[in-house]
Amino acid sequence: MQKIGVFVCWCGSNISATVDVKKVAEVLKAEPGVVVSENYQYMCSENGQALIRNAIKEHGLTGVVVCSCSPRMHEATFRKTCESAGINPYMVEIANIREQCSWIHKDIEEATEKAIILGRTAIAKLKLNAPLTAGESAVTKRALVIGGGIAGIQSALDIAEAGFEVDIVEQSPTIGGNMAKLDKTFPTLDCAACILTPKMVDCAQNDKIDIMTFSEIESVKGFVGNFKVEIRRKARFVNEKTCTGCGVCMQKCPAKKGLNEFNMGLNNRPAIYIPFAQAIPNVAIIDPEQCLKIKNGKCGLCSMNCQVNAIDYTMKDEIVEREYGAIVVATGYKPISLENFNEYGYDTYKDVVTSLEFERIMNAAGPTNGQLVRPSDGKHPHVITFIQCVGSRDTSGCGKPYCSKICCMYTAKHAMLLREKYPDTEVHVFYIDVRTPGKNYDEFFRRAVEQYDVDYIKGMVGKVYKEGDKLMVQGSDLINDEQVIIPSDMVVLAAAIEPNPSVRKIATMLTASIDTNNFLTEAHAKLRPVESPTAGIFLSGVCQGPKDIPETVSQASACAAKVIGLLAKDTLKCNACVAHSDEMICTGCSVCENVCPYGAITYVDKEFRLGGGKTEVRRVAQVNPAVCQGCGACTVTCPSGAMDLKGFSTKQIMAEVDAVCKR
Amino acid sequence: MKFSYYPGCTLKTKAKELDIYGRKSLEALGVDFEEIKEWQCCGAVYPVAKDEVATKLSAVRTLAQAKEEDGKLLTLCSACHNVLKRVNEDMKSDDNMRLKANNYLALEEAYNGETDVIHYLELLRDYVGFDKLKEKVVKPLTGKKIGAYYGCLLLRPNSVLAFDNPENPSIIENFIKAIGATPVVYAMRNECCGAYVSVTHKEIAEKKSANVINSAKDAGAEMLVTACPLCMYNLTENGKGAMEVKYFTELLAEALGVKE
Repeated sequence: MQKIGVFVCWCGSNISATVDVKKVAEVLKAEPGVVVSENYQYMCSENGQALIRNAIKEHGLTGVVVCSCSPRMHEATFRKTCESAGINPYMVEIANIREQCSWIHKDIEEATEKAIILGRTAIAKLKLNAPLTAGESAVTKRALVIGGGIAGIQSALDIAEAGFEVDIVEQSPTIGGNMAKLDKTFPTLDCAACILTPKMVDCAQNDKIDIMTFSEIESVKGFVGNFKVEIRRKARFVNEKTCTGCGVCMQKCPAKKGLNEFNMGLNNRPAIYIPFAQAIPNVAIIDPEQCLKIKNGKCGLCSMNCQVNAIDYTMKDEIVEREYGAIVVATGYKPISLENFNEYGYDTYKDVVTSLEFERIMNAAGPTNGQLVRPSDGKHPHVITFIQCVGSRDTSGCGKPYCSKICCMYTAKHAMLLREKYPDTEVHVFYIDVRTPGKNYDEFFRRAVEQYDVDYIKGMVGKVYKEGDKLMVQGSDLINDEQVIIPSDMVVLAAAIEPNPSVRKIATMLTASIDTNNFLTEAHAKLRPVESPTAGIFLSGVCQGPKDIPETVSQASACAAKVIGLLAKDTLKCNACVAHSDEMICTGCSVCENVCPYGAITYVDKEFRLGGGKTEVRRVAQVNPAVCQGCGACTVTCPSGAMDLKGFSTKQIMAEVDAVCKR
Repeated sequence: MKFSYYPGCTLKTKAKELDIYGRKSLEALGVDFEEIKEWQCCGAVYPVAKDEVATKLSAVRTLAQAKEEDGKLLTLCSACHNVLKRVNEDMKSDDNMRLKANNYLALEEAYNGETDVIHYLELLRDYVGFDKLKEKVVKPLTGKKIGAYYGCLLLRPNSVLAFDNPENPSIIENFIKAIGATPVVYAMRNECCGAYVSVTHKEIAEKKSANVINSAKDAGAEMLVTACPLCMYNLTENGKGAMEVKYFTELLAEALGVKE
């Protein structure tokens, strides 16, 4: 017979306001097997833990039930407490009477009754618990960073700095991401290229970092410390090792109609191209949709002119398999498509551009060499109107419900730069609210208004339409309570940002959870913001939520610190709650092997004695406990009931169900 | 399925074309419908007042009557549609209003917003289907450049009307395509026509109409179509004949070959 201690936590008023904690402790004390039952204001505090430790010693407890918050919050805490007092950590059960009881109920009587039932359930399970010992698995000391924007670059550099090897896998032909496209950065107005490209070069020159551009994640297997990843290196038709980036091919290429992705499609590039002057790797790539040689076999000019024979029109995709201990997701963002916002005329009028396009127009290395001209006629615009929150904070369903966070600041930046460089331009900004918290941010915005005379109008825009040569911006001015129509030469839309569309596929492969807006979910919103709930997966940059460059870099470094902490370990404690197969019952049907997502189950032919000196060879399932993650898929699939999960056996679960149902 | 057709007062007087061609087209399309018996005024603008019960009662009577049939109330006038749909929403979701209206009316069976209020254009889109409509067209209006004029009543409030995207509607454009003509998208197609301001400040209403018509003209429209008698009045009277405006049902009947 076990000696069980029950410890009911108040969690301040979180639990005690809705659950009569004293009554819960009192009632559970009467349960068979329970020798002590206590309640305390904060069980997770040092005093609370001491209460548990003392009770274990005083009463010689063999098992502990803590009625408190979710096991995701403090199961590890209480396991450690009990281990330090000499009880096997798997002899601890948590009854979640906070998230699953006090927080969701209002009626004290009913909530108290439910808390008692949850306590009884945990006791019923604990009675069938057995001490478990966790095994260990080795850690592969190499990290994978998915995405080569500023987030991925910063994470990779920090991890490499600590002495670990890192691979950056980037889907586009160069690293640098969105930041490489920017002109200046707020709030200091230093040029984006000047601060980003040295970091890109650092990545290229660091012998711990391997950059795989134009590559995608094909599959992910394994678990924390031991991931096996297949990477598709897409054919770029140019040998990356031999190409010197001289650029002669670009000049010779006769097919010059491809849209220049780096310039947001505002001008054209040849079929063979280097994305931009500071691209890393600084090698060419062929766009097979545009290349005449690949399309119809006629041309070959680039190959003829290449001094190092780097061109290979027959190149095929290649799959590379690598092993990693940790994976960083840094897939970033893209501006939303504006198809739901035709009222702003983005698809209709050339002079209505997005902020990222405007960024390229203002950039000295952009399609206009930094000259501010209208895309339609190349004339210098005199009145420019900015519209903020295009698709952000949108409750109509056309856009995104969240604030994209970066638009207020970059719009203030654009407005200020415009007025600085072209004092003859008149600049208007429509806004819902101006949100500029952050170091030196509000000062920056105020400078735009007070020093640079940017006309900020509180109100939304209804539509943009053309009258003669002008784009008429019709909006409301809420402060003056009037409708305004501003004849403008150019309109800039601050489009909402959304996670890179590739993130859904990647999250599925990583079994990392995402929210309704496709942002990756962190393990804890406040306390574990750079980790995914899936062990070994870390989050860097906008893939987790909208953020600007300073915040992205901070998070990327935080993420790297977590990765370094993991890779610094030689071994990881495995999950003790693993599946095991009863070989006497197993029929060798293979169903469990097929459902196991971790490849932990194998089949062996084993000899069994039948008695009378006879033997029989049967095929049976065996679980590799170092690989098993204890998901339980095999136990529910097994038709003969041979497969069971330690710590969550079928018997234990049935005992819990019985305890819930018992009146 | 039988649709209970609600014409409303204007369709029997000022806007006969909207009604007559609407019926003829329904017959040509093989839609089963019947004019709702002893229909009363939808309530005009009055039921839109949130705190008023009595003004909503006539609308509730109509809605409850449609419930007794197949529960599909077919509307044509934009204003009637707006009013009936909004009163129906109140009967569905406003406990206080539902209780008071039912207490007052003392119907055999309480009315709780069960009827679907369906605008003629929604019927074409969702029940007939624009593809099917296209097949039934015998005299396509090929080459005709037509601007859709939505006005406000069909589109807003979007949370209740749920008719189309209020900023970027497309249903009338798709209708125009289905009858073989070319839709012209212009910026002011969902702007105000001037509405009742025409009575008190004619100059404002004139400005609003001119705004719509000029925008459509600049975009290359030869004609406007509308589903609203009030829009029709403003665009023609205040527009001073600057643009031909027709009810969409008239063009529909023409395309289906049932316009005499």
